[in-house]
Amino acid sequence: MEKRATFSNLWLAAALIAPQMLLIFVFFYWPSGEALYWALTLEPPFGGDNEWVGLLNFRTVFEDPKYWNSVRISITFAFFATTLSLGVAAVLALFVDRRLPGHQVYKFTFFLPYALAAPAVGLAFRFIFSPDAGFVSAVNRFYPDLWNPALDGYDAFALVVMAQAWTMVGYNFIFFLAALQSIPRTVNEASAIDGAGVLRRMWDIQLPLIAPTLFFLIVINITDSFVNSFGIIDIISGGGPARATDLMVYKIYTDGFQGKDYSLAAAQSIVLMVLIVVLTFVQFRYIERRVHYS
Amino acid sequence: MIERTPILDFLTHALLVLSFVALLMPMWIVFVAATHDFHTVNQVPMPLLPGGHFFENLAAAWERGNFGRVMVNSLVVALGITGGKIVIAALSAFSIVYFRYRLRMLMFWLIFITLMLPLEVRIVPTYAVAADALRPFQGMLDFAGFSVDLPEWNLLNSYSGLILPLIATATGTFLYRQFFLTVPDELTEAAKMDGAGPIRFFLEVLMPLSKTNMAALATIMFVWSWNQYLWPLLVVTDHQNYATATMQLQKIVPGPLFGEPPVWNVAMAANLIVMFPPVLVTILLQRWFVRGLIQTDK
Amino acid sequence: MAEIALRGVRKSYGKTEVVHGVDLDIAAGELVVILGPSGCGKSTLLRMVAGLETITSGEISIGGAIVNRLEPRRRGCAMVFQNYALYPHMTVAENIGYSLKIAGLSRAERRARVGKVAASLGLTEFLERKPGQLSGGQRQRVAMGRAMIREPRVFLYDEPLSNLDARLRVAMRVEIRKLHQRLATTTLFVTHDQVEAMTLADRIVVMNKGVVEQVGTPQDVYNRPESTYVAGFIGAPGLNLLHGIADSDQGVVTLRDGQRLAFDRARWPEIGHGPVIAGFRAEGVMLAAGGLTGRFDFAEELGAAQLIHATIAGETVIAHVAGATRLAGGEPVSFAVDPAQVQLFDASTGRRLAGENGAAQPAGLDIRDFAAV
Repeated sequence: MEKRATFSNLWLAAALIAPQMLLIFVFFYWPSGEALYWALTLEPPFGGDNEWVGLLNFRTVFEDPKYWNSVRISITFAFFATTLSLGVAAVLALFVDRRLPGHQVYKFTFFLPYALAAPAVGLAFRFIFSPDAGFVSAVNRFYPDLWNPALDGYDAFALVVMAQAWTMVGYNFIFFLAALQSIPRTVNEASAIDGAGVLRRMWDIQLPLIAPTLFFLIVINITDSFVNSFGIIDIISGGGPARATDLMVYKIYTDGFQGKDYSLAAAQSIVLMVLIVVLTFVQFRYIERRVHYS
Repeated sequence: MIERTPILDFLTHALLVLSFVALLMPMWIVFVAATHDFHTVNQVPMPLLPGGHFFENLAAAWERGNFGRVMVNSLVVALGITGGKIVIAALSAFSIVYFRYRLRMLMFWLIFITLMLPLEVRIVPTYAVAADALRPFQGMLDFAGFSVDLPEWNLLNSYSGLILPLIATATGTFLYRQFFLTVPDELTEAAKMDGAGPIRFFLEVLMPLSKTNMAALATIMFVWSWNQYLWPLLVVTDHQNYATATMQLQKIVPGPLFGEPPVWNVAMAANLIVMFPPVLVTILLQRWFVRGLIQTDK
Repeated sequence: MAEIALRGVRKSYGKTEVVHGVDLDIAAGELVVILGPSGCGKSTLLRMVAGLETITSGEISIGGAIVNRLEPRRRGCAMVFQNYALYPHMTVAENIGYSLKIAGLSRAERRARVGKVAASLGLTEFLERKPGQLSGGQRQRVAMGRAMIREPRVFLYDEPLSNLDARLRVAMRVEIRKLHQRLATTTLFVTHDQVEAMTLADRIVVMNKGVVEQVGTPQDVYNRPESTYVAGFIGAPGLNLLHGIADSDQGVVTLRDGQRLAFDRARWPEIGHGPVIAGFRAEGVMLAAGGLTGRFDFAEELGAAQLIHATIAGETVIAHVAGATRLAGGEPVSFAVDPAQVQLFDASTGRRLAGENGAAQPAGLDIRDFAAV
């Protein structure tokens, strides 16, 4: 995509782009580079310049079972939260797109949770699912100690998955609905004339046609579950109990800012960055595929 | 289309109504909890209908959370990020799309890559930079062998520290770029024939055409910046003066500010206060919000 | 094969009515073209027959049974859409065979029938391709194949050729006509292109603003337009229309500037003295002294002939004249009009004035007259 008509004042071009480049240099590239530097060095205990240690920090990280616990939890968390929110959102979008009377109301409300700050969602869920007050605590009346996210790791994990999925349902819903609405009306009509009923049409026509959006959303959701979940974890569980919800971002935060071990945190950041970059490239492959449909 | 599917229609309505309730239930419970007194809110099960202590709780939450101050902080930060992004992104997209120079593609990719890595995954080094914003330049000078000492520019506990690092991503740039590419070449040529230079063309043709895109970007950026949590948590240690609204949530349960056992009614009132501005913006500007969502991520 | 009947069919969106009561009978095996400008309600009418739009009031029956509340799939109609509406994620074979798959036919049977249809449309070598890899003409054929394979009672075409380039459009027109001759399936074809309508139709339905203006054979609508609207819409150029006062005793229409235009008095003995609109074809005009005089505006070159545009009594008249003329803008011209070719319309309603033995029309239909402008 190139413009035919362009301007030729190069000083102006440089001046226009300068603020952006300056900002991303100072706050993106330099820190990212520094992360790498820190990951490969160690700060000596008595001051002075950092000491080059090669992959030692990475080895320390990879030999730590707590780190692998965090990786395992992050992946399980991403899997469950993503599957849950995408599944619910796809079903909702398909049925809202039937445009029965009242569908505008849903279009208007379903995405609202996404407008809420992650820690606000965390606080709300923490209250609603608290073991001794709020809403869900009623189950403990009948089965004492059935539900206690403050003590039971599985309960806590389920709770943060629900909170994360809840915020993302609205986001996914909007994208699915937009994808459904971009299917030409005549394609649906043609299938109706060909004899497909409503459910058959969803399965044969609509779902395959929103598949590219689905792939795109999978990547976005996984990234979001790695990143944006920080607020939810921080408020609901603080990574506990017993590290049952200790996601990678949260561990970087605790190691770096509470443990003050920058080198270890930097090494973990690098791993996470690589993971996210790989995911993004996977996404681009699918974006390429998406072009084929049109 | 004529479709006669009474059973399916019934099931569709049932499904949607149920989902509606399930999706909005958490917000309703937050609201209900914020309307009861301490005793009632801790009953098990808690009531599902609002009580009469709403404004009382709001006032208490406002007071204890220092919201008079932090709401202003959040507003300044959100508007700063939004405004900054809109302007800086428009300028850089204009430069990339409408000028031809050798480094253009390099610039494009440099900006593009920032889309991939959110601030959260590189917090540690970014924090170090925020402690001294001139540090990168100092580092370069050192590397080049100059022994010049730049002054320290500390961004911690300042609005610029809250705002600038969050502007440094490419979301807006790409929204503008996609839009500029759809503007017909003929329009630029016509403007040139009429004697308009680049600045005039940018201000008088391109910007008015971009209005809807700007509105969409502004809506989404406002909500996004208001909801920032991790970064303010790191940059602000002077909570009295620079805390943002979302930060206050961390202190609410169980915390020194709101007491232990948690005073859920006041906590939920505080939560409502924090949620209110972005929810209001998305409801009022729903169209822009949705459009912004879809455009910024594609 | 089935006959279609529309009785008082109306369609409203909210308060705006877009189809104002249409009555229409289509015989089994007939090819009827609905012709009109965009927004006239023709597509809406077609979609109501297909079951894609609900019917606000009135009745539609196919094969004698009222289908108002029947779902599209139960009406036995197949439809070809303007944008083809192919399933982008399915191959050509899957596209064509989709209705059979839904109907639960075995894979082998499906393959056999798809193969047969594809062969008849020259699509055999493309069966494994996706629509995105096909040209416009090929997509068009896939859409037709998808319609044909169902052996429907009724074919519905919604401007199927308007996305094709001019050459392909002519070729597909011929194919559609051939297909109809072979299968003799009742067909309803919607278009805004009068050439398409003229060349394809057994009968044409001319619509305007949600109302049927005229139903008739191509010859009928060309030679005996029922209204000034049809007169102006059909033919290239449309009928010349001049306002004036008719006098049936003398057989003349007195134009606004006092010039007199003669018509066949024997055909309209009864109209007396009153305002009318007189119409005549550009082909019925000759350049000759002593006729209607006016001011020459310009000439459109057609190669073998010219269309001479002139202003007479403040209205535009176009004459189709063989050979070349050398007139300059503003010069006076004189047109002789054959009285036998003059038709009269009611000045207030625009409806054709019924004359006696009105059927006698000399002008034969020449397809070249419709060559696209």
